[in-house]
Amino acid sequence: MASFIVRRLLISIPVVLLSSVLMFLLVANSGDPLAELKSRNPPPPPSVIELREKELNLDKPLPQRYVYWVTHFFRGDMGKSIDGREVRPLLFRRLGVTMRMVTVALVLALVLAIVAGVLSAVRQYTVTDYTFTFAGFLFLSTPVFWLAALLKEYGAIRLNRLFDQQVIYTVGEATPNFEGTFAERIADWAGHLFLPTLALALITFASWSRYQRSTMLDVLSSDYIRLARAKGLSRSRVMIRHALRNALIPLTTVAAIDFAAILGGAVITERVFSWQGLGQLLLDGIRENDVNVVLAWLMVTSILVVVFNLIADVLYGVLDPRIRYG
Amino acid sequence: MADTRPRGTPPEASVSEGRAPDTRPGEHGAQVHEVPQTVPEREFTVARRSQTQMVVRRFLAHRLAVASLIVLLLVIVGSLVGGRLWKYGYADITDEFSTPPSWEHPMGTDDIGHDSMARILRGSQKSVQVALLVALLSTTLGAVLGALAGYYRGAVDSVLMRFTDLVLTVPAIAILAVLAATVADRAGNWFFVALVLAALLWTYIARVVRGQFLSLREKEFVEAARALGASDRRIIFRHMLPNATGAIIVNATITVAVAILLEAALSYLGVGIRPPDTSLGLLVQDGQQAATTRPWLFYFPGLIIIIIALTVNFVGDGLRDAFDPTQTRVRA
Repeated sequence: MASFIVRRLLISIPVVLLSSVLMFLLVANSGDPLAELKSRNPPPPPSVIELREKELNLDKPLPQRYVYWVTHFFRGDMGKSIDGREVRPLLFRRLGVTMRMVTVALVLALVLAIVAGVLSAVRQYTVTDYTFTFAGFLFLSTPVFWLAALLKEYGAIRLNRLFDQQVIYTVGEATPNFEGTFAERIADWAGHLFLPTLALALITFASWSRYQRSTMLDVLSSDYIRLARAKGLSRSRVMIRHALRNALIPLTTVAAIDFAAILGGAVITERVFSWQGLGQLLLDGIRENDVNVVLAWLMVTSILVVVFNLIADVLYGVLDPRIRYG
Repeated sequence: MADTRPRGTPPEASVSEGRAPDTRPGEHGAQVHEVPQTVPEREFTVARRSQTQMVVRRFLAHRLAVASLIVLLLVIVGSLVGGRLWKYGYADITDEFSTPPSWEHPMGTDDIGHDSMARILRGSQKSVQVALLVALLSTTLGAVLGALAGYYRGAVDSVLMRFTDLVLTVPAIAILAVLAATVADRAGNWFFVALVLAALLWTYIARVVRGQFLSLREKEFVEAARALGASDRRIIFRHMLPNATGAIIVNATITVAVAILLEAALSYLGVGIRPPDTSLGLLVQDGQQAATTRPWLFYFPGLIIIIIALTVNFVGDGLRDAFDPTQTRVRA
């Protein structure tokens, strides 16, 4: 097991390195970080521009810039943003905010997918099955921002008006300048988390529930299930102890592969609820051609996704001992 | 497929089997008066159908998919030509501001006085154009590159797989946003938005086709074709690609839905299609500003996105079943 993890880690290194090259090429060609400075009126003296170019290494050839950036990145120095702030603390603070949403949404989506998928497999071709199938297709086809805005404008705001007080928060990730005990802070977070995670989870669970349904059907038609029924075990016992436990395993891989997609969904959802999270950081960075911010953003998320996939692989082996670490 | 069929069948046999597909006895009264039945050559005769006919028949049996296809075609045609027929242009400003839906303005008007129906027709035209172009480009590119990678393996394959790795490790929307910013001056143009989307989405089809080719290249009929002296190009395009058609068509369909949703998301975030032109995502973004006071501006564009994506997904599902009936499981 340990050697498997080490080997997987070693394989991940070239993947991350290669994607860093591609991302650097992409971002370095995406625009001039000094465009705003150069277009100022009155124009700044050439010496200022030259100085800024030197600071950002823009005067050097591309390969040299890449090596400079990548060596500093892996030493933990992500450089400075255009307005002179350190990127690393900024990025990690935003990451923390977004991970709150992503983690809760992930768990919620998994639970929803398992319940919907298993129920529609067990009751195949019944009203339950068709309802869940249709719901799955519907959420699969709904843009996450529309669903989020719908929940916000027509669900939460009306609900709040009904109770005449703020039951569910619709703006931001936490109450600004919040003072209170730890428990109150958690409650405040939860109030802000509710809608974004619900929207994100509903969009995410759709395809997973279809997948869960088909794995459950696979398991249900296998011989050992028929044997378990034949030897007289009750239906519920067979379903829960024999079928469900095995049908849950493949979902780990799917969830891991979709992790990047959930992060992408979070970027959009954050925008609807005006969260100061990763999404806002990326979009601001792109708008201002803030190379260091965008690059650090892409690198950190890609490392996150690789690590998440690694965890899923290990977990898969733990859950299914037949998997050999070859 | 034709190459796998036994060559030795005498032509007469195929004629006697090859009745038109729908001359089933009892369906047409005329059949009764036909030539008196002699002793059949075989006890069971089966009308021969081509692969395409079988797929089409299976698809037509899928009622939801057929209904979706009809709705989808109506929406696509409507969005492509509707803008010309509707009495208001998308940039026209009427005297009525923020009116709810009425006979005059079936989808209401916005606060500037634009007829919302005209805006939505224009928006869906752009979204549909983007989606169709993305599907065309990414399917062609993905199928060819996936085929080459699966057939030759080696360097082509490694480059392709590393690129798809990159696509898998970063949220698609992030790469797309950066890409769209790279072509920022032109990104407002629907054509360039489509190029940006296709630059990413071809990898999904390439992966599928590569997988198919990896298994097809070990099949006997490929070996047979090679033994007969067929060139690589002939083997790939005449023998193997037709066998991957099902997967390609299904994925091309799904790509339309994915492209519609991604284009909407990009435009919503402000990096896709930009004003003064419009798209469905941009209309949702506009409508959301005043969703409580003018809900019609928010509802309609979102509903159109859902209708398109949903029908495309249903059609894709129907096609998948039609191409691969083994997936439809019967409970043991």
